[in-house]
Amino acid sequence: MSYHAPNKDLGEESLLAPGTTFKSITESVSRVTETASPRGWWVAFLMAATFTGVLGAAIGYLFYRGVGVWGNNQPVSWAWDITNFVWWVGIGHAGTLISAVLFLFRQKWRTSINRAAEAMTIFAVICALIFPGIHVGRVWHAYYLFPLPNSMDIWPNFKSPLLWDVFAVGTYFTVSTLFWFTGLIPDLATLRDRSKTPIRSRVYGFLALGWRGSNRHWQNYERAYMILAALSTPLVLSVHSVVSFDFATSVEPGWHTTIFPPYFVAGAVFSGFAMVTTLMLVVRRVYGMTGLITLKHLDLMNKIILATGSLVGYAYSMEFFIAWYSGSEYELYAFINRATGPYAWAYWTMLLCNVISPQVYWSSSARRSIPVSFVISIFVNIGMWFERFVIIVTSLHRDFLPASWGYFRPTAVDVLTYMGSLGLFFTLFILFIRWVPMVAMAEVKTVLPEADPHYGHDDHGEHGHSDHSHKDDAHAEETKEDHDHGEAEA
Amino acid sequence: MAKETPTRCILLAEFDSAGDCMHGAEKLNKAGYRFFDAHTPFPVHGMDKAMGLPDSRMGWIVLAMAFTGLTAAIAMITYMNGIDYPLIIGGKPAISIPAYVPVCFELTVLFSAFGAVFGMFAMNRLPRHNHPLFESERFRAVTDDKFFLAVESIDPKFHPDETRKILQTANAKHFETIETEDDL
Repeated sequence: MSYHAPNKDLGEESLLAPGTTFKSITESVSRVTETASPRGWWVAFLMAATFTGVLGAAIGYLFYRGVGVWGNNQPVSWAWDITNFVWWVGIGHAGTLISAVLFLFRQKWRTSINRAAEAMTIFAVICALIFPGIHVGRVWHAYYLFPLPNSMDIWPNFKSPLLWDVFAVGTYFTVSTLFWFTGLIPDLATLRDRSKTPIRSRVYGFLALGWRGSNRHWQNYERAYMILAALSTPLVLSVHSVVSFDFATSVEPGWHTTIFPPYFVAGAVFSGFAMVTTLMLVVRRVYGMTGLITLKHLDLMNKIILATGSLVGYAYSMEFFIAWYSGSEYELYAFINRATGPYAWAYWTMLLCNVISPQVYWSSSARRSIPVSFVISIFVNIGMWFERFVIIVTSLHRDFLPASWGYFRPTAVDVLTYMGSLGLFFTLFILFIRWVPMVAMAEVKTVLPEADPHYGHDDHGEHGHSDHSHKDDAHAEETKEDHDHGEAEA
Repeated sequence: MAKETPTRCILLAEFDSAGDCMHGAEKLNKAGYRFFDAHTPFPVHGMDKAMGLPDSRMGWIVLAMAFTGLTAAIAMITYMNGIDYPLIIGGKPAISIPAYVPVCFELTVLFSAFGAVFGMFAMNRLPRHNHPLFESERFRAVTDDKFFLAVESIDPKFHPDETRKILQTANAKHFETIETEDDL
């Protein structure tokens, strides 16, 4: 039971840079929220805030004029709105994967990135939730989405995947927020205890709920955290599965596919990790967190991008195979039309970005290269947006009746709404890094070897236990056992 | 120091390492102390056993909430789509179990998550912004890099000097006595 030191012979390395201590973790993370923002922060914030304003204006105009201001029309009645919705929800998935799934698998490297990734989840889901809300046409009836009593005495249809979506995404947002806040409590207490001004002490003190690191609290806290992780794991898999049901349960060729749920989930994790990489590369550079978010983390994230990108590539080819194997000419046509029809440019962009570009990550030097990772992460973000665009628009634009075939073109309002949603996302994220500890300090501390109570116990002299003779027998025995275990492992 | 100790107080011992703090807790536990707690910047694994704490009961709260969520979902859907205003869609029966699965699952998870978070708050009696330990200046380091053991004077075993001696053998670096009227 001695503490786990990295095994150099196996090529293991420390997760955190050498010289990292509890104190240095607290310092480097808390400092960001305590000192004035660099000028770059203001530039980024004002730019993002401007685009948030654009989003407000675009939505206002949409409400004023109606959905006709978008390019949507028959046959393409879902276009950028739903593309953006699916894309944003997908991006959120990486945060939950990092915070929940990797937690259950005891992947300790997650601790450096999970806080920011979870924040990203919440902000991405906020952006996602805007789109189904505003695309309903008669927005004053948007409350029909919810099972609320109304004057017509009618209830929502619980057999509809669109309603499942409301529950899935709503639950996802709520649970992600609860999970995030739970993780934040000990770190908010750190900010409270470091605060120099009464306002900070009041605000962080209020939010920290009086956390004082009590072990009786940690016990329930850790159990609750583990339960939340165990709940979030099937939840995150269910959310994009339910989103894919919106398509898969229809009879539209190109949508009516049983591979959709796992394929959507893989794509979601893929795009989410790309967004985490994009954000983390910028943040660690700007805020000097290279010791906490190391190239080792980048390497591991890129491995996941490679794995999920290849899964997505497999799904693309399997869709084609099934389209041919099904013997349904409509299905086969939908796929041939994707690759060779009027939207072939979108299809091949998607394939290039999602399947081909991550293959460079077979090389470990590419996985550890910051410029390569940044470029690929942007490619993946673009590619995954196109994946949703291809699925939605190419399937709709030529369906059963050739007389109604058409070609979708976005309008300026479409483009501005999308860019505005990016603005909202970055505004929220930029505010987050300014005011909230962006690395989970309490969790990162547990990764340090010093966090293990057995640290340094192979050599009792180091800690100066002058009282060995006073030790009661039971404890002496346990110490002896520890040594035996240590030897057995060695 | 002993003569200054008020009738009701907390003895706060500060440690530099998680290991020392855990040894201190172990010694207190072995010596039969019950009214004490460890305060650490992060969860120290093995501390529960060292303090002799029983297992957390969080799981039961969440389980109860999970069943509540599932029942609420089934009841809601059955009433709305099956009883109050039956909707016949796609030729399926008004009460159609397979179509219930996604919403039932989501509500089960939602209620369970509320149970986990708010159950944890209830078990830990949080929020509580006025704890006596916040009187201590040094205690602020508990969220940074210091480890503390707090022993309450209401513990039958408590003795201002003896308790201190036990903790000293575990390498406690600093002691402080905090007067309190509150329950902990």
